[in-house]
Amino acid sequence: MKSLRLYAILYLIFLYAPIALLPIFAFNDGTVIAFPLKGFTLEWFKELLTIPALHAAVLNSLIIAVSSALIATCLGICAARAGTRFAFPGKKGILGLIMLPLVLPEIIVAVSLLVVLLQLGLPLGSWTVVLGHVLMCTPFSIAILNSAFQSLDVSLEEAAIDLGETRWSSFRLITLPLVMPGIISSLLIAFTISLDEFIIAFFLTGTNPTLPVYIWGQLRFPQKIPVIMALGTILVLASVILLAIAEYFRRRGVARTGQADAGGFL
Amino acid sequence: MIASETGSGAIPMIKIKINIKIKAWPRLGRSEASQGYFLVAPPFLYALLLLAAPLAAIVLFSFWTQDYLTLDTTLTLKNYREALSDPLYGELLLRSLVISLAVTAATVLTAFPIAYFISFSVPPSRKSMWIFLITIPFWSSYLMRVFLWKVILGYNGVLNTTLTGLGIIDEPLSFILYNANAVVITLAHAYAPFAILPIYVALEKIDRSLLEASRDLGESRVMTFLRVTLPLAMPGVVAAVLIVFIPTIGDYVTPRLVGGPNGLMIANMIQTQFLKLNNAPMGAALAVLAMAMVTAVSLVFLFLNRRYLKGQK
Repeated sequence: MKSLRLYAILYLIFLYAPIALLPIFAFNDGTVIAFPLKGFTLEWFKELLTIPALHAAVLNSLIIAVSSALIATCLGICAARAGTRFAFPGKKGILGLIMLPLVLPEIIVAVSLLVVLLQLGLPLGSWTVVLGHVLMCTPFSIAILNSAFQSLDVSLEEAAIDLGETRWSSFRLITLPLVMPGIISSLLIAFTISLDEFIIAFFLTGTNPTLPVYIWGQLRFPQKIPVIMALGTILVLASVILLAIAEYFRRRGVARTGQADAGGFL
Repeated sequence: MIASETGSGAIPMIKIKINIKIKAWPRLGRSEASQGYFLVAPPFLYALLLLAAPLAAIVLFSFWTQDYLTLDTTLTLKNYREALSDPLYGELLLRSLVISLAVTAATVLTAFPIAYFISFSVPPSRKSMWIFLITIPFWSSYLMRVFLWKVILGYNGVLNTTLTGLGIIDEPLSFILYNANAVVITLAHAYAPFAILPIYVALEKIDRSLLEASRDLGESRVMTFLRVTLPLAMPGVVAAVLIVFIPTIGDYVTPRLVGGPNGLMIANMIQTQFLKLNNAPMGAALAVLAMAMVTAVSLVFLFLNRRYLKGQK
């Protein structure tokens, strides 16, 4: 077991190696991304504030990510509740189709949507990116919400209905508060996925690039790389904070419904 | 399904419950199935319209042809014939398959010991922390991670300068960037959590008393692992293989950034056909071929592992 622990630690180093480099080069006072390091600077972070195209991309990405997260979570609630609460013929196939984007190569989703949109003569724009992102985020939302709905005791809701609440008010007063941590966790995860997603945005975005599409464009210019490193550092920090919050809510949900903690998002 | 779970005694009870619902809420007292359909309809319609229909469209598209901007909608196998006869496409498809298989093997084989370690060696209270630690890098920007691998693996990269600095190598290693090796390393990193999590879940489900029984009956530690733990973990391994293998074949960013000319994969060609050459039908045909290839390999893999999957689901 000693060697297994050593292996695990080496594996974690492998997992974290790329991310650990981000801040190192973000604060490095040199335009070339290589060792040895030159000196400490905040130059690249300051430069981030002066690029209007970047700010437009960030704003665009935030709008897309919030919309995608909201829609995907709403769809996820429907699917997770239907899947955990009701039995109906063809359930496996229907849920299978909805979960399909989880394993489908993103480029397939992207080009098939692109073909249809172009054939219908619809203009590409932020909304087409949202359409694609909702497709990608919904399976993750369902996976998170499934565990929230699964741990729910059906008799609580039935008791509320027996005591005179309507189906909707019992859902709002009993079910919703109990699965709320799952919903928040799903919103955050969907938001993070949409914010990071590149391929679908690359194919379906119109004239306004999302943040990853903007970064992709910048990677071609070596002199822009240190600024991108600074940007990446901020993005990683933001993701980690969002995830820590999501994990906190997931655990609270687990504690609230009184089950054992199985850990993990997936 | 429900009846078999609840047993014979519970059936009258269910009937009573339904009766009460119908009495209290005549309008809403629909059958369980119709309520399920009603709820699942929005996400299902969404997936039908924006996933199933476009996928069908792309299959149809692959039988059309395009000459610059004019689309010829007569059905023809021309694209497929071209894709299969032109060595460029054939090589790309084959290379994508080989790289995906290598990535899958590397990812799953390195992930298994980690999943095993977390499930068997980490105390239960710390397990979710370990899982969290493993998933964090996965949530940081994919583009940035791939680019950073380029920084690590480059000729003057972090790895080479460190190794030469330590005196382990004299010349920088050149076989680790701008080729298939770099693609495999980078993708193995990107898909690590996707492989670890399903295996971990499968390992967690194993009844520990089975392992004790095996030891008590005289099997060695290694034989117990091979004859009890591994077969029981196979559903997780199969899931991990499919979850890594299927998406990697369509990866675009990694081959483009670290693959060099000999590490390009089919997704790069699909993108070129769609966005640069204006030959969407050819791109569609390549996409369909890539999917067909992935599906065929996955089905064979599932068939080979069918005995481990019996009794699942």
